[in-house]
Amino acid sequence: MLLIHCPYCDETLPELEFVYAGQAHIVRPDTPSEQTDEEWEEFLFIRENARGPHFERWRHTHGCGRFFNAVRDTVSDRFYATYKAGETKPDLSKLLGGGK
Amino acid sequence: MTRFNALNLAWNALSGHKKWTEQWPDAQPKAEYDVVIVGAGGHGLGAAHYLAKEHGITNVAVLDKGWLGGGNTGRNTTIIRSNYLYDESARLYDHAVDLWQDLSQDLNYNVMYSNRGVLMLAHNVHDVQSFKRHVHSNRLNGVDNAWLTPEECKDYCPPLSISKHARYPVMGGALQRRAGTARHDAVAWGYARAAASRGVDIIQNCAVTAIRRNTDGSVAGVETAKGFIKAKKVAVSAAGYTSVVMQTADVRLPLESYPLQALVSEPVKPIFPCVVMSNAVHAYISQSDKGELVIGSGTDQYTSYSQRGGLPLIEHTVAAITEIFPIFSRMRMLRKWGGIVDVTPDRSAILGKTPVKGLYVNCGWGTGGFKATPGAAHTFAWTIAKDEPHPINAPFTLERFRTGRLIDEAAAAAVAH
Repeated sequence: MLLIHCPYCDETLPELEFVYAGQAHIVRPDTPSEQTDEEWEEFLFIRENARGPHFERWRHTHGCGRFFNAVRDTVSDRFYATYKAGETKPDLSKLLGGGK
Repeated sequence: MTRFNALNLAWNALSGHKKWTEQWPDAQPKAEYDVVIVGAGGHGLGAAHYLAKEHGITNVAVLDKGWLGGGNTGRNTTIIRSNYLYDESARLYDHAVDLWQDLSQDLNYNVMYSNRGVLMLAHNVHDVQSFKRHVHSNRLNGVDNAWLTPEECKDYCPPLSISKHARYPVMGGALQRRAGTARHDAVAWGYARAAASRGVDIIQNCAVTAIRRNTDGSVAGVETAKGFIKAKKVAVSAAGYTSVVMQTADVRLPLESYPLQALVSEPVKPIFPCVVMSNAVHAYISQSDKGELVIGSGTDQYTSYSQRGGLPLIEHTVAAITEIFPIFSRMRMLRKWGGIVDVTPDRSAILGKTPVKGLYVNCGWGTGGFKATPGAAHTFAWTIAKDEPHPINAPFTLERFRTGRLIDEAAAAAVAH
């Protein structure tokens, strides 16, 4: 069972309260009608599928109900950080070098 | 290598089974191959077998980062069926079921294919309607599938309770009689033996770290734990690790890797004659020849390469099984394990060429790759040999995510598959 820290509730809670919501920081196109097929493919389907630190979204469904972002290592499943939606990506080298 | 037959079985029995020669030779890599296949699971070894047998290409190496069949080939619930809704999927999976029928004879190795039937239970009106639609669609595609009343379900699978007072009453079922199970390890070993007997090198503990390309963009070979291996063609069949390997050749794939779990009970005497799946409750179960109940669980909600998976899913699965089969409620579970499955957005495989010349990929089988092993390997070998799609794998391109011609089994699947 993963324990996940909700940055809004400021509590660390079991994974069952949360729903995974895919890769984070995927930006919706500003001008959708001008997108090429390649850009749509990239936006809709292509994912990092990182083996190691991964930026991802979670939703605290059975709590505050809000979406937030997280950095998790997909090999060890360890969370390095969670942060509120809209905040900038944390610096990966600082997180990993931080002795966590 | 000894070819298995009744005579040498008897001779070896008399000599106390101490004089068997090796099953297949464990090779070391040569400097150059015509084809290098990345991943020694059923799909990769099968492709090597069909390349050698049907296309006369024997200068082939199959590389694996671990041991042979140690990935998802040895980590699944061994269920084989082809009752898929869409024409493209029905053709591909039924091609595999055709090949399963006499695979043991083809490989001279007993893969223990047992067409004991797969019964999918309907518990509500929506299940009944959607399964009947599947049955009709399958029959139009020449795929064996039949609708059974609750009484007929009980006849086919006696441990089933069809009481109207059950929490999830059985309102009927879709039965594919030609479907069944096979011994998963034997599939890897059988393909390995058959391929090696035709000169294919099978190299274990040799992780591919990168795919190297020539200046004109075509494939040059692979960097491995045992040095660089030159290759005219490289075929990647690495399941959950496919996107990691392909990224080194600058090919980005629409894949996400999730842990998928399964578990087995303590072994008991034969009680369960077929495979039963229940989509509404999300349970599927069969009994292995060793006597263990083999129970499939689901994928974790988050992507991971941990090959473990979370316990909440196991709890959910076991709860579902005991809802449908209360007789199993006091059985003890022996072990559980996880494999990393590569899932595509439309839940259909990607099988064929890539934008890189000489680079081929067989991936995206998600939670249902074992059943497709012979069909996928057979058509993949064709594509590698001829550098063109096989009529059966032609729709399963990588380009479909750009053109929008998806094969949307995500919506149509008879089960989360």
